[in-house]
Amino acid sequence: MFQQFALEHAWLIPLLPAISFVIIGMLIRSYGKASAALAVLMSLISFCLAVGVATGVVDYGITVEAPFVQKVSWLHVGSLELAMGVLVDPLTAMMLIVVTTVSLLVQIYSVGYMKGDPGYGRFFAYLSLFAASMLGLVLAVNFLQMYVFWELVGLCSYLLIGFYYYKVSAREAAKKAFITTRVGDFGLLLGILLLQINFGTLDFLELGQIIPMYIASAGTGMLTFIALLIFIGPIGKSGQFPLHVWLPDAMEGPTPVSALIHAATMVVAGVYLVGRAYFLFSQLPTVMSVIAWLGAFTAFFAASIAFTQHAIKRILAYSTVSQLGYMMLALGVGSLTASFFHLMTHAFFKALLFLCAGAVMHAMHDEADIFKMRGLRHKMPVTFVCMTIGVLAIAGIPPFAGFFSKDAILAAAAEVSMPLYIMATLTAFMTAFYMSRLLFVTFFGMPADERTYSHAHETGWFMRLPLIVLAGLAVISGLWGHEFGFGEWVRFGMPVEEGIDPVIAISSTVLSIIAIMAAWHIYVTKPYLSDTMAEKTGVLYKLSFNKFYIDEIYACLIKYVVDGTAKVLYWFDVNIVDGIINMLAAIVGGISRRLGKLENGQAQSYAAVFICGVIVLAAYGFFYSQRILAVLGGAL
Amino acid sequence: MMASFPLLSAVLLAPIAAAVLLCFISPKAVQSVRVISAAAMTVALALTLFAFFSYDLSVGGMQFTEDVPWIHDLGVHYSLGVDGISLPMLLLTELIGLASVFASWRIEKRPKEFYILLLILIAGVTGTFIARDLFIFLLCYEVVVIPIYIMVIIWGSTKRVTKEYSAMKLTIYLLMGSAFMLVGVVALYLQAFPPELRTFDMDTLAMAAQMGNFSEEFQIFAFFLLLLGFGSLLSMFPFHSWSPDGYAGAPTAVSMIHAGVLKKIGGDGLIRLGLLVLPLGAKFWAPLIAGLAIINVMYAAYIALAQKDLKYVIGYSSVSHMGYVLLGFAALNVVSISGAVANMVAHGVMSALFFAMIGNVYEKTHMRSVTELRGLAHQMPRASVGFMLAGMASLGLPGLIGFIPEFTIFVGSFSVYPVFAVIAISGIIFTALYTLRMLAKVLFGPRDSYFDKYTDARGVEMMPLVILGIALVGFGVFPQLLMGVVGTGVEPLLPLLDSIKDAPTVLGGIG
Repeated sequence: MFQQFALEHAWLIPLLPAISFVIIGMLIRSYGKASAALAVLMSLISFCLAVGVATGVVDYGITVEAPFVQKVSWLHVGSLELAMGVLVDPLTAMMLIVVTTVSLLVQIYSVGYMKGDPGYGRFFAYLSLFAASMLGLVLAVNFLQMYVFWELVGLCSYLLIGFYYYKVSAREAAKKAFITTRVGDFGLLLGILLLQINFGTLDFLELGQIIPMYIASAGTGMLTFIALLIFIGPIGKSGQFPLHVWLPDAMEGPTPVSALIHAATMVVAGVYLVGRAYFLFSQLPTVMSVIAWLGAFTAFFAASIAFTQHAIKRILAYSTVSQLGYMMLALGVGSLTASFFHLMTHAFFKALLFLCAGAVMHAMHDEADIFKMRGLRHKMPVTFVCMTIGVLAIAGIPPFAGFFSKDAILAAAAEVSMPLYIMATLTAFMTAFYMSRLLFVTFFGMPADERTYSHAHETGWFMRLPLIVLAGLAVISGLWGHEFGFGEWVRFGMPVEEGIDPVIAISSTVLSIIAIMAAWHIYVTKPYLSDTMAEKTGVLYKLSFNKFYIDEIYACLIKYVVDGTAKVLYWFDVNIVDGIINMLAAIVGGISRRLGKLENGQAQSYAAVFICGVIVLAAYGFFYSQRILAVLGGAL
Repeated sequence: MMASFPLLSAVLLAPIAAAVLLCFISPKAVQSVRVISAAAMTVALALTLFAFFSYDLSVGGMQFTEDVPWIHDLGVHYSLGVDGISLPMLLLTELIGLASVFASWRIEKRPKEFYILLLILIAGVTGTFIARDLFIFLLCYEVVVIPIYIMVIIWGSTKRVTKEYSAMKLTIYLLMGSAFMLVGVVALYLQAFPPELRTFDMDTLAMAAQMGNFSEEFQIFAFFLLLLGFGSLLSMFPFHSWSPDGYAGAPTAVSMIHAGVLKKIGGDGLIRLGLLVLPLGAKFWAPLIAGLAIINVMYAAYIALAQKDLKYVIGYSSVSHMGYVLLGFAALNVVSISGAVANMVAHGVMSALFFAMIGNVYEKTHMRSVTELRGLAHQMPRASVGFMLAGMASLGLPGLIGFIPEFTIFVGSFSVYPVFAVIAISGIIFTALYTLRMLAKVLFGPRDSYFDKYTDARGVEMMPLVILGIALVGFGVFPQLLMGVVGTGVEPLLPLLDSIKDAPTVLGGIG
């Protein structure tokens, strides 16, 4: 009964937070508690509806082949028809659960975390708008709807990164995030336009039927081009190399935002888009290899940067970039199931890690450098336990969630290409290492600063409850997915059997354990070792610490190429285009001054000019009369 | 019963009546002056909204028509009416008209004279959009020029260029446009019919075109004249430089009306006169227009990046946005032209909002440079919301008014000019770049206590934000409200557009 209602009213899931945004934004912004209560309440109802939808999908046997669709016309001009609606299938259902769960928990956490902030109401308004946009994106029935909400989540990301707008760093980070993802959106928009023009529709289901037929008759050439263009969007949104630069800077936003938007939900929109359009991507081997290799490279590259960073949230941010690369890799090697499985587990454990980091920073008066924290395990036992669970999950230690999903990705990669598998395994090793470095440095060792340490305290219940729930999910979601038969539902094509390859599973687990032990050795047993290593690896350490100078290269490009061109063109406009105009005006002015002199009041000179004119006209008329008549005749 | 009520005349006469009434009011009764102006524009807007929502979409075509013979010998009729293209323009005019009355609320210097001129200006612009007779059209157009010149000279501001220079530049360009238009229109008038049948009626002229009364050479020649006239009005490169300089010197209300609606007379004219009456001419010059459109989009976006004065940023941004309109026109298909018309409305609303907000800040701080203004979100959160809304609409954020028109233009023009379309679409990156930079510098960053003494927008000052904000969001979330009306205006062009599909173009050579 409820499931039926939830399915038929799935559009309420994004609408409720949107209503909350409007009410908070227009009316109750200045009443912090009311704003928070409304936002949380709407999220809770959305969550319940999402659960209804998800269980409905299972009970009614809604599969990827037979989704539940509702559409309304949004716009039609001439031959252009655009619709908005909801498309519910297992992919959607899983995403709905992930988004509403994390969103609800993060909002509850924020009730405590944002306490006392002057922008309390505004914060919940933005979070509501984000939830609405993200859920609208998840439910999209066509590329345009996806693009619309894709941009709106980008707006929310911009607003929330820049939430502390009085900080110059936050302001710049917000701008950078928007513009970098805009570059990706340019490609995405082009791809969408090409689809519309070539196929006359953007509907996922219709395209899903047309495209295989089209490939059969016309080959893959143009579609490869279109798919690559579309993929630029996910490169920007999901922080893939070389458009990853905005994501670490996005950590300027409040920590709950980092957890919700920049770890669990918005950044996976790119992965979701590729998955949603898998009917297109999976048919194009070239594009698939690009996705796989770029994903694997991003995973490796970001992990190598995370190695040396000091700021707790930055480490987590690079780890997110790396894990997103993992998900892309899985898509590229053809396993939508593995990718989405990892998407789900990652959402839980990464949100957990961020919220723990938030709790730590909250306790340490916004200290971000892990080397200035140290030894917090006695002061914050709950956070410590939760964080440990998160680290074990991301490191892929059984039976935590990450183990299952990472194993699925490794297995999928191994089937397709050895080099990819090796890169992924290496990344897994590095991930285990730098994540345990974070954990050990923060919670073990001697306190670096006695005063801040003595003030450190465990957080209140609003913040603790979400941690515990997420920790629980980080423990069970992998095993649950494995047992429940995730691959039977969330898949493309044939159902995927959830089997664990013992060789891959054991080898990756062993490697992770080695990595954790190494981190323990370097950062806890012999803390001076890390500095020696940094010195020994000189150039490499510097490259990694400075993020391979990619940001600097972009800054240079913008400063010299874009702004340089702008200055040149501005000069051209003022001096050449306008210069010619002003010159013409000056000439006209000059002539009129000369002519003005003719008007000197002497009747004789007027008469002379008059007679000259008559003579000229007469002569002209005499010689050219035929022609003038012809021209006049033509015009009249 | 409603059919007999001269609705469009009422919209046209409301500001004129108010202007006349103001003449008899003491200059000291400032509040009455304001209230009368606002009331007149409220009436005009209310009537226009009624027209907009009661326009019969299933019938389409010219509605709310009025026709009274006027000058018999010349065949001039006082003939009004709106179709799917001019009705949105009319709505835009009245929206911005009312908003500009509120935006001028705090004018201290000779408010009575200012409001009289403003109302005449609004009436003139209104007339150009609802006229079905070219004579009336030109008459209204000339009415527009005079108040603008006086208003810029007296109430303008001098920054990079003097207000006198701005006023002169605006006026000369407007007059130059009208000179070319006049020649083009007279040529049409003479060419269409034998002397006893001559008329300025646009529909009849369009019929003359269908009957083949205009030769191809004539169409090419006459369209070129119209292109020079309307194109410079639409700030088409290289006739764009009046736009940033002009807005910079003009008082807020003039900038709002000029950028918001006056410019759009160019686009409206290109479609209703250029395309309908001279289809072969339009087709011939289309590739040139498309090329210039791309220059508009990219060149102006780049220059906007190098600007410090907010009014210049918006001025160049407006030139850039007009590139999209031109591209939509040049692609000559139903989808792209619908997008062009809708984009004119979209740009009108967002630029008017921008200028209203800049004016609001300038009125208090006497600053409008990104180097001077900073962190205004602390002291002026409401004005900041206005800036953000306008900025986001300008960079084409879905859910606001700017997105669907741009998307429609892209869809429509892509298959005709793929390379140009790609370049135009890349403009969305640069638009984001200059808009976000400007917003970041002006609104965000540390609190500067220097600005603490200034108050946020409140009371009447909020009205432009409210009026234009509702349009910005309303048409963004429900684009069909706008596109449905536009569609009924553009879709009937389909046979015409089909008939010129294979006509020669400037690239293909003549015949």
